[in-house]
Amino acid sequence: MYVAVKGGEDAIRNAHDLLARTRRGDPGVPEIGLDQIAEQLGLAVDRVMAEGSLYDRDLAALAIKQARGDLIEAIFLARAFRTTLPRFGTSVPVDTTAMAIRRRISATFKDLPGGQVLGPTFDYTHRLLDQGLATTAQTTVKKPAASASEPTGEEAAVASPPMPRVTDLLGDEGLIEPAPADDGTAPTDITRTPLSFPAGRPARLQALARGDEGFLLALGYSTQRGYARSHPFVGEIRFGTVEVSLPVEELGFAVPLGDITLTECQNINQFKGSATTPPQFTRGYGLVFGQSERKAMSMALVDRALRFAELGEEKTAPAQDEEFVLSHCDNVQATGFVEHLKLPHYVDFQAELELVRRMRAAHATDEAAGAPVPTQEAAE
Amino acid sequence: MTHPATAMPAISYNFAYLDEQTKRMIRRAILKAIAIPGYQVPFAGREMPMPYGWGTGGVQVTAALLGADDVLKVIDQGSDDTTNAVALRTFFETTAGVKTTSHTAEANVIQTRHRIPETPLKPGQVLVYQVPIPEPLRFLEPRETETRKLHALSDYGLIHVKLYEDIARHGHIATTYAYPATVNGHYVMDPSPIPKFDNPKMDHSPALQVFGAGREKRIYAVPPYTSVVPLDFADHPFTVQRFSQPCALCGAEGVYLDEVILDDQGGRMFVCSDTDYCAGRQAEGHTGTLSAPDAPTRADEGPKEGCS
Amino acid sequence: MGIAAPAAGFAEPVHESQRTFVALMWAMAEPALPRPLASALTPPAPLSPELAAVALTLLDYETPFFLDGPLAIAPVAAFLRFHTGAPHTLVAAEARFVLCADAGALPDFATLAQGTADYPDRSATVLAQVDRFTAGPLIFSGPGIPDTRRFGAEPLPADLAARLAANAALFPLGIDLVLCAPGTVAALPRTTRPVTPNP
Repeated sequence: MYVAVKGGEDAIRNAHDLLARTRRGDPGVPEIGLDQIAEQLGLAVDRVMAEGSLYDRDLAALAIKQARGDLIEAIFLARAFRTTLPRFGTSVPVDTTAMAIRRRISATFKDLPGGQVLGPTFDYTHRLLDQGLATTAQTTVKKPAASASEPTGEEAAVASPPMPRVTDLLGDEGLIEPAPADDGTAPTDITRTPLSFPAGRPARLQALARGDEGFLLALGYSTQRGYARSHPFVGEIRFGTVEVSLPVEELGFAVPLGDITLTECQNINQFKGSATTPPQFTRGYGLVFGQSERKAMSMALVDRALRFAELGEEKTAPAQDEEFVLSHCDNVQATGFVEHLKLPHYVDFQAELELVRRMRAAHATDEAAGAPVPTQEAAE
Repeated sequence: MTHPATAMPAISYNFAYLDEQTKRMIRRAILKAIAIPGYQVPFAGREMPMPYGWGTGGVQVTAALLGADDVLKVIDQGSDDTTNAVALRTFFETTAGVKTTSHTAEANVIQTRHRIPETPLKPGQVLVYQVPIPEPLRFLEPRETETRKLHALSDYGLIHVKLYEDIARHGHIATTYAYPATVNGHYVMDPSPIPKFDNPKMDHSPALQVFGAGREKRIYAVPPYTSVVPLDFADHPFTVQRFSQPCALCGAEGVYLDEVILDDQGGRMFVCSDTDYCAGRQAEGHTGTLSAPDAPTRADEGPKEGCS
Repeated sequence: MGIAAPAAGFAEPVHESQRTFVALMWAMAEPALPRPLASALTPPAPLSPELAAVALTLLDYETPFFLDGPLAIAPVAAFLRFHTGAPHTLVAAEARFVLCADAGALPDFATLAQGTADYPDRSATVLAQVDRFTAGPLIFSGPGIPDTRRFGAEPLPADLAARLAANAALFPLGIDLVLCAPGTVAALPRTTRPVTPNP
């Protein structure tokens, strides 16, 4: 007698228990705290906040812990929580010119008002494993010298001289296209309105800001290698905190809610000019929660590539294809659909199995009869 | 070194998980979907606590229409006990506290992936399909901007050409599941990856059929008593799969069967894909070649119970 | 401030809006078949409790609404604005929902959003009040109706059959009509076609 397999609920419960135990690992090793994740794995927290589009360091740290360090899984957890939150309103656009700078560099000018501020970066380190970090003993970190020329952290917020954005400096001379004027229309929100094509730049920028860092990195890289090359210069990257305020209709003014950390990348790209526009530089823009220069730069490259049509350029490469880029940049969507192949498909497979058997039988009959044999192709 | 608990707000969820604004948005989409049978209504699909591709569209539709007094059935591949069916059913038990059942006749909301139950559906029942790719033209034309135009013009030449190429190449249409069908004489619809065996059940069904595609953010519907006609040609009419043997457990014929491999010697058997239907027949005393005590036996391992 | 607080909304928003929606869903799925719709709301006249329940179930900040005829008064607009947050538009063609106190005086459907060929769902839903439903004199066919179904309501415009036929001829474009009577709701979506009765 054949007895069909049952017990799905038990099996799932057991799998969940195993997952919880595996997540914890060796109980002899102290459990990691959310404060440790938030403080010591800060860039992982930043990525989860950015691609989860939920600015909350504690929840992002919790998601990373729960996801066993799988950042896409953590982003998914953050998104699934975010989606249940009621919407109170729309903030006033943040002013990155007024950013309390922790890092600010320009690749286009040796010096500029406000100066170059290197800040906390891997850029100038030698990538040599530091055995000093291998010990859990208290590592000593140098306190900033009182006379340090580069302000760091909170001090910067106080000490920053005015730091105009490089694109504004170029704009004063008319060398770069003006930033699009604020026409007062509310930008689309792809989490509230289904994406339709052509999507327009606000929807594109939102999709890219939430998009997968790796996917955008590869696409941005492809533009540098000639697939929609746009000759980019990093006009400026700045990272620091900006104030978020919410307009309150009843009060008639905006109320500050707090500060968030952002990374902004403004690329300056060549543009030959057209019949109506003299040669000038053009913009590619990236803005990301937390500190993520790789993501902000990739976003700026892809943003510029996607602007090919308005600038009268030829469409030749994947990074220019709005529907392709926007439909595939979301890693929560992508991982879900790729991984859904793990789900049972045996009903469909049975249908295909039956078809292939039938076609093979017909093939054998035809071959025996010496008839021409049609080529075989399974259905999708 | 634990993080202060006060820093984090308590996390709580609404009835059936979705917030009310999201439900309203989905409900409006469902009403328009019913009013325009077979047309894919765009909706602002939300991230759900299960992955895209695992039923988020169906879950959002179900969450938007489910009430506290409803009785819910969830199947995947025709079975109530496959892992994803269990996970989704548990989700609604937890978030909505609704009663669930495996009996098709007892449920008024049935969420499904890849099958339509064998037990005929009744008036007042809603069948919610999980849909991976709602666009029947997607694999012929990947661009939404193009497919939308083709639907607007009712221009389905691409699909007919594809099906006709099948006939030219194989002598018959080689699409076995997700078989496209015309709804109410206008829109061509992807019925989700159900085997084409199930297509005839959609035509003039007394139940309301709603399709949710979460990742692709589309909802479409077939009202009760609405024509759903598979695409075919006069000289190559639509046909469904037939199995050469009855279910090995309940003896049912004219139902969709799963092939189960029994050993590595080529031993296999065919059993009902609809486990509720199969169990019901067995309870009524129907038997198959492998269900009687004197039938060939197979060593089982681990705790298992009957197909019930 | 001298402004009276609007009448109360749903006592149990989650469950009352769900029940109202399910009644509407089935009304739309089985056109011309009135079904029960309970409403305990006490909206400002002439807005009926049933129409108010439908509005509170479907409207929010994403759906501009238009008030037709006698409904176009400040207390009704304030009630709907307060409970739904939906924008009140004075341009009928911009409205996703058109509310009408007297189905006997339905607006010309041509003045309302019909949807577009690419997006036929971007059309108006007309929500109108009637006094009662009757089993005739109209006969309808279409999706959701096995064979044909007799239907009527009072009041309705004398030329309703011709207007619905013209609306159905626009398919997939067209408006969808929801009618509310005391304790009852029925719908006539764009797919529902009047049938000429045999003499």
